[in-house]
Formats: sequence, C-alpha cells, structure tokens
Amino acid sequence: MEILVCVKRVPTVGGAITLTADRRAIDTRMSGFTISPHEECAVEEAVRLVERFGGSVTVATLGPAAAEEQLRACLALGAAAAVLLETEPGVEVGPIATAAALHSVATGTAGTTGTAAGGGFDLVLLGNEASDTGDYQVGIRLAHLLGWPAATGIKALSVDDAGISASASRTYRGVLETFALELPCVVTVKEGINLPRYPSLPGRLRAKRAAITRVPGPVGASGGAATSGGVDEPARDVRMTSLLVPDAPKKQAIVLGRGAEAVPALVNVLVELGVVS
Amino acid sequence: MTVFCLVELDGGAGPGGASGVADVSLRAITLARGLAASASGTPGRVAAVVFAGLSAGGPGSDGLESESESDGLESEGLESERLRADVGPVLVADLAAYGVTDVYAVSGIDGYAPLAWARVLQWLLSASPNPGLHPSPDDSSLPSPGEPPHPLPEPSRHAVVAAGTERGNEVLAHLGAITALPMAANCTAAVDNGGGEYAIARQRWAGLLLEEAVLEAPVALLTVATDSVSPVPAERPAAVMVHHVSPLVDGSDLAVRAVETAAGAGGASLATARVVVGGGRGVGSAEGFAPLEELAALLGGVVGVSRVVTSEGWRPHTQQVGQTGTKITPDLYLACGISGAIQHIAGCSGAKNLIAINTDPAAPMMTRADYAVIGNLHEVIPALVTALRERAAPDS
Repeated sequence: MEILVCVKRVPTVGGAITLTADRRAIDTRMSGFTISPHEECAVEEAVRLVERFGGSVTVATLGPAAAEEQLRACLALGAAAAVLLETEPGVEVGPIATAAALHSVATGTAGTTGTAAGGGFDLVLLGNEASDTGDYQVGIRLAHLLGWPAATGIKALSVDDAGISASASRTYRGVLETFALELPCVVTVKEGINLPRYPSLPGRLRAKRAAITRVPGPVGASGGAATSGGVDEPARDVRMTSLLVPDAPKKQAIVLGRGAEAVPALVNVLVELGVVS
Repeated sequence: MTVFCLVELDGGAGPGGASGVADVSLRAITLARGLAASASGTPGRVAAVVFAGLSAGGPGSDGLESESESDGLESEGLESERLRADVGPVLVADLAAYGVTDVYAVSGIDGYAPLAWARVLQWLLSASPNPGLHPSPDDSSLPSPGEPPHPLPEPSRHAVVAAGTERGNEVLAHLGAITALPMAANCTAAVDNGGGEYAIARQRWAGLLLEEAVLEAPVALLTVATDSVSPVPAERPAAVMVHHVSPLVDGSDLAVRAVETAAGAGGASLATARVVVGGGRGVGSAEGFAPLEELAALLGGVVGVSRVVTSEGWRPHTQQVGQTGTKITPDLYLACGISGAIQHIAGCSGAKNLIAINTDPAAPMMTRADYAVIGNLHEVIPALVTALRERAAPDS
C-alpha cells in the first residue's frame, strides 16, 4: 500500500502567542517548530498500515526550506520518502493553492520517487486541520482534484484485508458517524485515532541521511499567482490583512476559599448560576 | 443578497426525532443576519437550509412530483423523493425569531452525505430556472400564510454560511471545491464591502489568534466559530416562507454518507453539554475520576479532560477539551486540577462561567476563572458531592 501523508511546519506555541511588529505573523524567534498533533497521528496511522500491508509512506510538505526538519522527523517515524514543495520564507500559501500543489505530488508530477513515482497512491492522509491557519479544507479540495472520495475528522480508520475499502468514523455531537470509502481515497484524521510512537534511534539515524526531494512550491497568496488548478477559473484564497491576539478577559477571580471549607460558598455559586436548584 | 445558512438540528438524529435548532446554528444565523444587513441595496434575506428527518406522507407530500432531469442533478431514482422533509412549526418559529425569512426544507437525501449536501447548496445558489424547486402551496401552519412566494434570488452576491462543526466545515469545503470558490473557516465577523469583497475576521489556532482578512468572491462561503459569536435573536421575528424542496442527487454524490450509531459513554455530547466538569493532571489517575463523574451526574453535565489525561490513558480522547479535542460552550465549566495550557484554554474559552479548583493559585486556569477554590480537588470534590446530596435530600 502506497500512502501519502501531508504535513505542515507550524510554530510550537507555549505560554502565549506574540506577533511580529507588522502583525502579519507569529514571532517565532524564540519558538521551535513542529507539525500539528493531528498530523503526527496521520503519520503513525500510515506507518501502521504499511506495516500491515507492505508498501511505503511518502511524506510531503509545502513550506520553507527549514521545513526539512519536519520531514526528517516524519522519516524517523517510518516514512520512506519525503517531498518538500519549497516556498519563500514568511509567505503564506492558502488552502486552494496548497491543495493544487499537493495534487502534483499525489499524481507524481512533482517529485515523487520510488514505488510511488507517477502517483500510484492508494491513500492520502492529512490532519483534519493545520493547527496554525485552521482552514479545514485542504484535504477535501485535494480529494476533488484527484476525483477521490474523502472523509474528514476521522478518529478510527479500518481498512479491509484486501486493501480495497475502508471504514472511517468520527463523533459528531455525541453520535458516531461511520463512512464507507473505496480506495484510493483521502482521509483527514484527528488526534486520538492512535497514540503516535516515539522515533527509534535507527529511525533517527536513517532520517538524518535520507534524501529529500525538493521542488519549487506555488507562489504565495501575496504573489497573487497561485491558482486552484484544474478548475474553471483561478480562485483566490482568503487574503489575510493582519493578525490579532484576542484580549484575555482581565478579570480577577473571586476566591471562594481554601479546601473543603470553600464548599458552602461553592454551592451558593452553583445555585446562583442555576445549575443547582 | 441572500445568505443561505446550513442549519444543524439537535436531538432528532433519525426520523421522527424531536428537533430544535442547534445552538451552533443559532450563532451561525446571527452572523448570517449581520452579513445580510451589511449588504447595500435590496434588503438582505437569510435563508435557512434544513436537511430534516423524513416523514412519510404528511400533508402536502402529494404535491411533490418527480423532478425533471433538467435541473442539472441527475435522477438516481431515490425512493425517498416523494417524502417530505419534517420541518415542524416550532422549528420554523425558532428560525423566525432569529430573522430567517426563508426555510428550504430539503428531503430526498437520507442522512448525512457531505458532497450531496454541498450539491444541494450549489443548486440553491444557482440562478438558473429550477423546476426542482417547489414553493409549497399549503403553508397554512406557518406564521406567514399570506406572503406570496417570491422569485428566486438574483444570481450573484450570495453567501453560504454554516456552523464551524465537523459537518459545517466539511460541507462548505466540498462546496468550495465544486464551485472553485474560496472558503473561510471559523469566522467571528463578516461584512459585505460591496463589489464581491467581504471583510472577515476568523479564528486561527482554534481562537488563540484572530485573522482579519479580505474574501473576494461572487459567493462568500463562511463557517462560523462555534464558541465566539453569541446567538442573538432578531429585534422582531421575521415572516417565514417555507419551501419544500426535493432535489435529485447523483448517486455518486451519495457514495460517502454517514451511518449513525449512538456513541459510547451514554452518548452525552461534550460539545453541547450545559455543564462540564473538567479534570486534569491533578486528578492523578484513572480511578481519581470517579468523584468527578459523580459530580457531573449531580449537575446534569459531563466530564471533560485535559490533554495530559488522555496521553496518560486515564480517559478516552473523546473527552478531551482543547484545540485538538472538543471545543465546549457550557454555561459552567468546573475545571479541577487543570493548570490551563493555552491549547486547553482555546477549547474552553467559550464557557459562560468558569470555576477553577487548583492547589496552585497562580495557575493560568485560576487567574482566568470567575471563581477559584484553592485546594486539593480530592478534598473539595467529595465534600461538594456530599453537600449537594444533602441539599437534594435533606431528610436522609
């Protein structure tokens, strides 16, 4: 089974988000980078499927040259090949253009090597949404470009022994929704679908030396030339003008007391709030 | 302009279930109403699109004839096409209170099929004469029986809005893909600047960051953050026209569809709970959650947890509150032993009231809370459970 996993380099967000002076990006001078938790699970899910069915995992990202770090982290977890769609540092590429660029990888027209050269993927996995921009659409747009079925927000994925169909489920407002899909298909997953492994030492050593295929990515949204590809007319992605950290409510918590002595006051508050009659 | 709003329902997951408009959809309609009002020119309309449970027969169902195939949606001989979407007067009144002027009650699609739902929205948007569209001739049960059917909206400058739920984001992403239109997820504000340009604000990092942006498109596709825009009824209820439509959908668009079963753990939904009792690292073990479960049951709520709790395997991931878990909007979030990492805050900042119990008074969750109890949750929660039990049954 040949599986493509798409990931994105995002800042590691710790205590608080600070912006650059022009308010168009997160100040990352003091932060590390990672991929989203959903995507860590997508890599893990792909590696498990390849352990069961054979084949290989190719990991792809669209980002600056530095995103090589995230590709190597995925290689250390068991991916066999990596493709970097390289963009200018600091330039954001929107979901329409991103899906079109990933489409070129999925069909093998951009930089795929090995058994998956020329496409030939059975499955494309992505995170449900990137933790930074949270566009919630790259997987579905990619599925439409490929003409494949898609399921999103998946928390459990099972592929039949023949490797021809999959059952994918998620919870929606307390109800379990299960989708049946024929392969090849696109599935976006969420944290909780599995517990990702830690990279092994041999895996890390292999990842350090592995070759990464680099291809030029699309021009960013600010360049205005990125298109959706394969559809009637070029569509423009949403154009960010500025970012804003919402004010945390500056309220002073009312301390009800210490330990069990606070319980009568706590009960009074619950009554006031109407959750206790 | 007409702003079409995909409306999700509470309760009635299957046929015959009692359905109300989901809170997330009331928030979406509130944003949609503001967007419609911001458009210059003709007064904007807000049209709710309801994929309702199906009821066989029903008054007026005989009026639905089989569609011709000239509507662009191929017939696949759906057996349910003669059924009528079950949109009750209570639902219509709820929508009217929020300023909805038109309700498109869609039948003929059994259950949730994301691409088929997107096709129906595309079809409603299309300006071409559409023989499949049936303004209902017998709307006698509706608040506005006297209003004549109005013509289909003009072709351009529409918007489609949905709640930023698993379904809303998914359906609008499909709609964006099949129409080659951009889609903006999890908006908190939207204004029509005219000329096909919309000023929007949307959430990044699950709401830890806001993006101000421009959306240029003949039709704006937006989902609305589930925890930011407050649901506000219109100043006065709108007169509602209900249109029963039964579009014929290509079978291939129904290939991916949800089979629904009750989720485990009682099926109570974290996303819709009015009270959430949260547990974090301070709970200390899987067994430590028993008093929190007991408290949640007493308060008519559910248990939610922080990421460390699921990483430790103490509770299933379905109970995780936060950026990569569930975003909650309860009336009360009672956070016990949770320090308050910002990814967790992103998931609970929509709570109306926040009470924190923590041994560390300087924990971020404690400083954000409305009320704080400084102490060990293993002392406070059992004492609270006892006090609530005594209060409920003072004689025993």
